[in-house]
This record gives sequence, C-alpha cells and structure tokens, in this order.
Amino acid sequence: MKISPLLQFVLFTIAAFIIVNMPALFGQPLPESLIVLYMFFSIVMILLVITVTDKGAEGLLRPIVSFVNSPEKRRLRRVVFILIPLAFAFLTYRSLHSEVAAPVEHRQVHPAPPDSFRAYGREFVIQSTKNPFRALEKTNPGEFRKAVKQGGEIYFKNCFFCHGALLDGRGHYARAFTPAPLPFKGGNTIAQLQESYLFWRIVTGGPGLPYESAPWSSAMPAWESMLSSTEVWKTILFLYDYTGNRPQELR
Amino acid sequence: MRFAAFIRPPYLLRMVTLSAIIFMAFFIFAMNPEPSYASAPSAQDAAMSREAAQAGHELASDKVSSRYAPAPRLHARDYPRINGVNGRVSVWLAAQMHLWFAAFVLSVPIFVLILEGIGMIKRDRRYDKVAYEFIRVSITAYSLTALTGGLLLLSLLVFYPQLLGYLSQIFGPTMLAYAFLFFFESLALYIYYYGWHSMRSGTLKWLHLTTGLLLNASGITLMFIANAWMTFMISPGGVDSAGVFDGNIWHAIHTALWNPLNLHRFISNIAYGGSIVGAYAAYKFLSAAGTEERAYYDWMGYTASIIAVAALLPLPFAGYWLAVEIYAYSQQMGVTLMGGVFGRIFIMQAVVIGSLFLAANYYLWCGMHRSDGAYRYTRYVKYIAFIMFLCFLVWFTPHTLVLKASEELAMGGRYHALVAPLGLMPAKNTAINIMLLCTSLSFLLYRRANRVSVVTWSSYGNAAIIALYVAGTLNIIFLGVYYGYYTDTVYKVISSIPQVSTTITVISAAFIIEYFMLRGAREFAPLRWGRMPRRSQYALVLIAVSLTWLMGLMGYISEAIRQQWHITGIMKDNSPDAYTPALSYAVKTVSIGTIIFLGIILFIFWLGQLKTSEGTSA
Ligand code: HEC
Ligand code: HEM
Repeated sequence: MKISPLLQFVLFTIAAFIIVNMPALFGQPLPESLIVLYMFFSIVMILLVITVTDKGAEGLLRPIVSFVNSPEKRRLRRVVFILIPLAFAFLTYRSLHSEVAAPVEHRQVHPAPPDSFRAYGREFVIQSTKNPFRALEKTNPGEFRKAVKQGGEIYFKNCFFCHGALLDGRGHYARAFTPAPLPFKGGNTIAQLQESYLFWRIVTGGPGLPYESAPWSSAMPAWESMLSSTEVWKTILFLYDYTGNRPQELR
Repeated sequence: MRFAAFIRPPYLLRMVTLSAIIFMAFFIFAMNPEPSYASAPSAQDAAMSREAAQAGHELASDKVSSRYAPAPRLHARDYPRINGVNGRVSVWLAAQMHLWFAAFVLSVPIFVLILEGIGMIKRDRRYDKVAYEFIRVSITAYSLTALTGGLLLLSLLVFYPQLLGYLSQIFGPTMLAYAFLFFFESLALYIYYYGWHSMRSGTLKWLHLTTGLLLNASGITLMFIANAWMTFMISPGGVDSAGVFDGNIWHAIHTALWNPLNLHRFISNIAYGGSIVGAYAAYKFLSAAGTEERAYYDWMGYTASIIAVAALLPLPFAGYWLAVEIYAYSQQMGVTLMGGVFGRIFIMQAVVIGSLFLAANYYLWCGMHRSDGAYRYTRYVKYIAFIMFLCFLVWFTPHTLVLKASEELAMGGRYHALVAPLGLMPAKNTAINIMLLCTSLSFLLYRRANRVSVVTWSSYGNAAIIALYVAGTLNIIFLGVYYGYYTDTVYKVISSIPQVSTTITVISAAFIIEYFMLRGAREFAPLRWGRMPRRSQYALVLIAVSLTWLMGLMGYISEAIRQQWHITGIMKDNSPDAYTPALSYAVKTVSIGTIIFLGIILFIFWLGQLKTSEGTSA
C-alpha cells in the first residue's frame, strides 16, 4: 500500500510526539522547553525529507489545496474552518491560564565564580588557588589516601543528608529543597570544575552565590563557620575520589 | 581600458577620500599617545582604588618611571554623553555592521582568486565569468566596509575617547600599518576588478592573478591586526596589572586568544562570503527571466554553496579550540561563556548551526534532481536525514535545562538522566562529527546522481565506501561514549582529536575512492542546470540569513564576556552602560542590526542589477 505524503507527515509527527513523551512513562518527563524544541525540529525535518522530490512536495500540498478549493468538500471544510480557530483559542487559553506554580527558573547551576573571595581571614584567588593535598597524590600516596578517608568522614558527618550516601544528590532531605542538592556522581557534574571552584562553593554556600544563581533559594549552607579550610579541601578530595572524577587542571 | 574610464566610477573617489580620513584619524591618535587624566579625587575614586588594590592592582601613580602611561581609571563623567543617542548601542551596531561587511569583502576575493585559478587550469571561461560576477557583487560592499569602519572609529572617538586613547598608545604602530594596508588593499582591489577584462590573456593574466594574491594577503593581514586589538581587550598581554605597556608590541598582539580567533574568523568569513553570494544567486535565480539565465545562476548558487559548506566543515573544530583557549585563559570567562549568563545564547547558536547543516544538505538533496538519474539514490536520503536529525537533537540539547519548578520536582533534580549526558562536550563532538560525515555522504550521492561508474571494481568500491562510513561512525561513537563517559576527565578533551581525525580520514578516503570510481564515468542522464525547485533556493537564503544572525550573536558574546571591563582586569568600564544587558535586549539589538544589514545587502543586489540592465541595453 502506498501512503500519501500528507498522511506520512501526520503519522511521523504523531510518532515523534509519542517518542518525546515516552520518558514520562518511566517517571522522568522531559521539560516542556525541550519537548517544544524537539517537536519543532521533528516537524521541520519530516517536511524537508518529504519535499526533496517534486512528487513529495505535490503530494503534500495537493490534498490541502483540493480540500480548500473543491466544491464537494464544502461541508467538511466548514467544520474544519471552525475547528482551527477553536484550537488556537484553546492553545491561547492554555498558555494564558496561569497555574499555581513558581515560574520557569532561569537559575544558573554553575555560575561564573568571582575572581577572588575572602574567607578564613584571607583572600583566595580562584584562578590560582590549589588544593594543598592534591600534590600528595604523586609524592606521598599513603598520606593522600589518609586525607581522602578523612574527607569521607567529614562528608558523612555533614553533607550526606542532602547530597546522598551515593553522592547522587538524593539524600534524605533532598526532596524538600528547590533547587535540589546537586549530584557529584557522573561525568557531567564536578568533573567540569576546578577544585578551587568547589572550595568557593562549599565555603560560601548558597549565600555566596551571585545574583543569577538565586542565592536566596539555595539551601546549601556556608561552611566557613563550621569546617576549617583543611577539612573542606579534604572533603573535596573525597568527592573526586569517590566518584572517579578528575578536577579540571590549572594551567 | 582607458585611464579615464578607470577612475570614472565614483566608488574610487569616495574610497580614496574615506581612506584618507581614516588614515589621518589613526595618525593623529598614534602621534598623541599620552592623554592626561587629571581629575579631582572623589569618594568614588577612593572606593575604586580600594577595589583595584584588592584585585591585586598596583596604583597608577607608582609607575611614573615607565615611558607608557597606565590604563586610566575612568568615571562616569569621562564618557561623553549625547542626549538621545545611546553610545553603547551606536558603537555596538557600527562595529557589527563593519564586521559583516568586512567578513564579506574579505572572503569573496579569496574564492574569486581560487575560481580564477581553477578557470585558468581548466581553461573554462565559466569560472572566470562567475568569479568576475562575485567580485562585482563585493565591490559596493567594499566601500560600505570603509564607510562603516569610519563610522565605528568616529563613534568610538565620540563615546569612548579614553579607551581609544589608551589602546592607540599601545597599538599606535599597528594602527598606522592598518591604514597603509587598507590603502594598499584598495589599490589592489581596484586594479584587480577594473583590470579584469583588459588583463585577460597571456602574461597579463598572470599579473592579474598576482594582484589578486596581493589583495588577499593584505586583506587577511588587515583582519589579523584588527583581531589583535579585539583579543587584547579580552585577554590582554604585554602589560602589567596596572596596564603599563612593556613596550614590546608583539606581546600585546600575540595574546592567548589571537590565533584561535584568527583561525575561527578566517574560516567563518569564507563560509559567510559563500553564503551571501549563494543568496545573491538564489535571488537572481528566483527572478530570472530565461532558462539560460536560470541555469547560470543555479550553477553560481551551487558553486557558492559548496564553498560555504566546505568552510563550514572545519569550523566546529576551530570553534572548540577557541573555547578551550578561553577556558584556559580564565575559567571564570569560560563558565560565563558556556554555562553562565551566555549559556542560553549558545543554545541558540547550536540551533542555528544545526539548521545551517540541515539547509545545506537539503539543498544538495534537491540538487540531485537536476538529473533524471537521481531516482537511484533518493531512497537513501531519508536515512541520512534521520541520522542527521538525531545528531542535531543531541547537538542542541542543553546541559542546563530551562525548567519549571514543578518539572524539576517531577524530574527529581535539575538533570534528566536521559538527556543530561547529551549536554556535554563528548556528546556534542560525537554528534557534529557524524553530521559532517552525513553532509559529505550527501555530497557523494549528489555527485553520482547523473553518472554511472564504468570501472570493473565499482561494486568493491561501493562496499569500501560503505564500510568506511560505517566503521568511521562506529569509531566516533565508541570514542565519544567510552572516553567521554567511562574514563578519566583527562581523556575527554583528548578524545575529540581521534574523532576529528576519523572524520577527516573517512571523508578523504571516500572522496579518493569516489574520484577513481567516477573517472571516465558514463553519463546516466544529463545534469540540467536550472532544473531546481524554487523551494531549494530558500535554503540558500536561509543559510545566509542565519549565518548573519549567528555572527551578530557571537560578536555580541565575544565583547560581552569582558563584562564590566573595557580591557579584562586592567581597564574598568565605569560608564553608565557598564552592565550586561538582558538577553532579550541583546538578541533584539542583534536582530535589528541583521535586518538593517540585510536590507543594505538587498539594496546592493538591486543596484548591481541596475548596472547590468543598463549595460545590456546600451
Ligand atoms: C541542607 C542541605 C545541604 C547540605 C547539608 C549540604 N549541601 Fe551542598 N548543596 C545543597 C544544595 C541545595 C545545593 C544546590 C544549590 C546550590 O548550588 O547552591 C548544593 C550544592 C553544592 C555544591 C555545588 C556543586 C556544583 O556542582 O556546583 C557543592 C560543591 C556542595 N554542595 C558541597 C557540599 C558539601 C561538601 C557539603 C558538606 C560539607 C554540603 N554540600 C552540604 C544542599 C546542601
Ligand atoms: C559549526 C560550528 C560553528 C560555526 C558555523 C560557527 C560560526 C561562527 C561565526 C560565523 C562567527 C562570527 C565570526 C566573525 O565575526 O567574523 C563565530 C564567532 C564565534 N564563535 Fe563560532 N562557530 C562554530 C562553532 C563554534 C564553537 C564550537 C564555539 C565555542 C564554543 C564557537 C565560539 C565562537 C566565539 C566565541 C565567536 C566570537 C568570536 C568573534 O567575535 O569572532 N564557535 N562563529
């Protein structure tokens, strides 16, 4: 059986719609912003492929043209021409009808750090600050392992309630916070960052975030008053070690 | 050609006058390197010097021993204001206009030269004709480049005199060189263009080609010099923390970003020039009266689009190099660029670039139908399209999603298990490499549409090409997934290199095999130039428009990443405009610029048409 191009278009569009909504079935729906983009380009792509040949382009347009023009389809046409504005009215209604929910977050998850910041009574320049324990990794592996272990203890005494026992950002309290605590596991988290960046984040916490990262809504505590700088550096060692990530090197 | 005829076009006169003005303006600035900035200390002053001291800067007054003045510390009152005119937007638009025109007139001579050379080797007049028409299109744009350049200089002079003064203290000599080169380039261009027909044979033709070479050499040097000024502002070198110049101009020129930017701009300008000429051909095609004219402009559009696509292919890699160097120069700047405030513009960038590739492929697919032999290959189009489509989705899927609070809750965090990994570099690299493979495959199919191979081993050849593409794709995916996600981060950046080399190897090997397979090939059905659907021409227009817009956006980013600095870390912007505008404001400004520029380009096309119609009627 030969399927007409117009029907092909409709079928493929429906298929694309089903596929992008599939993740919802598995409990993690895609956000609307992404669905809109995916659908838009699916439709563009389907149209492009169909209209590569003249036959396809005609096959796509002819049924529409004949539907609009031919006298015998008058009745159906009237119905459709009423339905189309109604559909738009519905879409407009939906987009204007405000839900009781916080608006879209334009929060930056990894904001640019400041050049430098003050903590523990001194100035830290982010670009050039190093983890004092990192060198041990090569010079004294035994000491290094010890520091990592101590870092792990600090983590489980202070951080795991939020960031999770598996460092996946799903600690006991995690569901209560928006924004949620961040995971450290996986190649797409702290592997992108320098250790001094983490140091800045841990020491200054949510309150130390710049404006675009909505400092008022982050539950991340500022640990300066609770942990010493040595303890923070050790915790950072642990975060990288446990997750198998490497920090971005200073150059 | 008579000399009188040679100087008759008013362009020349205008050009010379303008160049003289620009030359003199540069000259005056270069000669006057020590502007004085006496001003009474104020509360703001004290606050600022504290701030400077905190950031590790030495105060300007400690450095009187040097021959060079430190970077001035400015106040709001140091920025002249003109009621009703926004200084920043004026400079912004003038600079962008200048860059658009400059990109166009820089690139056109490059491929005009190449086409002229091809025409000489192949002894095919068609190339010569199309090369001449290219340069004719660009010649009006050339005077507009000078005009907008003058506009930029004047608006900097009016609104940011101190900045210009400081820069010219360091870059004075290069500014002089710039002015000289500009003079020289104009001269070469006018000889090249107006001498085209009188220098068409024998030794004179070689002389003509040499002029073209000189034209290009000076054009490219000009761009490199201007790039140095710009990269100095982003990643300054050759100055100490107070901005006192060490006297070695090379240090100030050769900063961290200079070469990456040179490369990225050089290539993207070629793509851009090709796309504008392609749009011109599309415009002429759509308005062509006869079949012969249509055939000619179809061929021109095709040639231009091939140039544009060929330049698009290496561009992602040059772009990544630029990004890597920005990160290396300053993590803060890198984060601001890709993940921070401008992250969203990079999503737009990705969408636009993906669309460029789609449009280019669509044009090739439609182009297959110039020959009746195309039906043998049309069924493969949908598979290529599907793979490209998947890659395109990966290419623009952002790492940091735009989320509603309810969606974040439903997802259980800010990252989606399925799509978050797609937001990272390894995934992007994999996607773009496969997109490049697909594009080259479209081109292979296109080249076959009208021919049948006559070599005995053609079935083996086909098998080899297919094997190459399959193995290449698998290798790229393997490298991306394995090194990108399952090993140390150290390998992440490095893995992109074998990916790129895979792509390059596959494409070149396939093209070599293809070349030998199609040697002496039999024509299956003739290629009919001009037999292109009108919709395909809009793909060419789309490429030109979106590249223009993209250049505007990226131009905005590259200036805006300096944030509150005129010159990163050295000279602070203390004008009332020293804030990063809202995204929508920036995008609107760029879009307005795009519309103005394209309007002017359309006007130029129209002018060109007037000229030819007069020529034919006379
Ligand atoms: C009350 C819950 C809570 C506790 C306890 C907590 N955090 Fe956080 N943390 C958060 C939240 C929420 C975020 C995400 C919001 C933000 O970026 O500020 C976060 C973000 C971070 C980040 C930024 C990660 C990134 O990718 O940028 C780091 C690093 C971090 N936490 C480390 C720690 C460490 C180390 C500890 C223990 C010493 C700790 N946190 C304890 C809630 C918590
Ligand atoms: C196929 C891929 C790409 C295309 C087609 C492309 C195209 C362009 C174009 C046309 C420009 C304007 C050049 C000019 O003003 O002369 C530009 C500039 C720029 N691009 Fe790309 N680019 C690509 C990839 C990238 C990547 C991957 C990055 C890095 C993340 C990048 C970063 C930049 C930056 C920072 C600029 C501004 C520099 C300037 O002002 O010239 N590009 N790009």
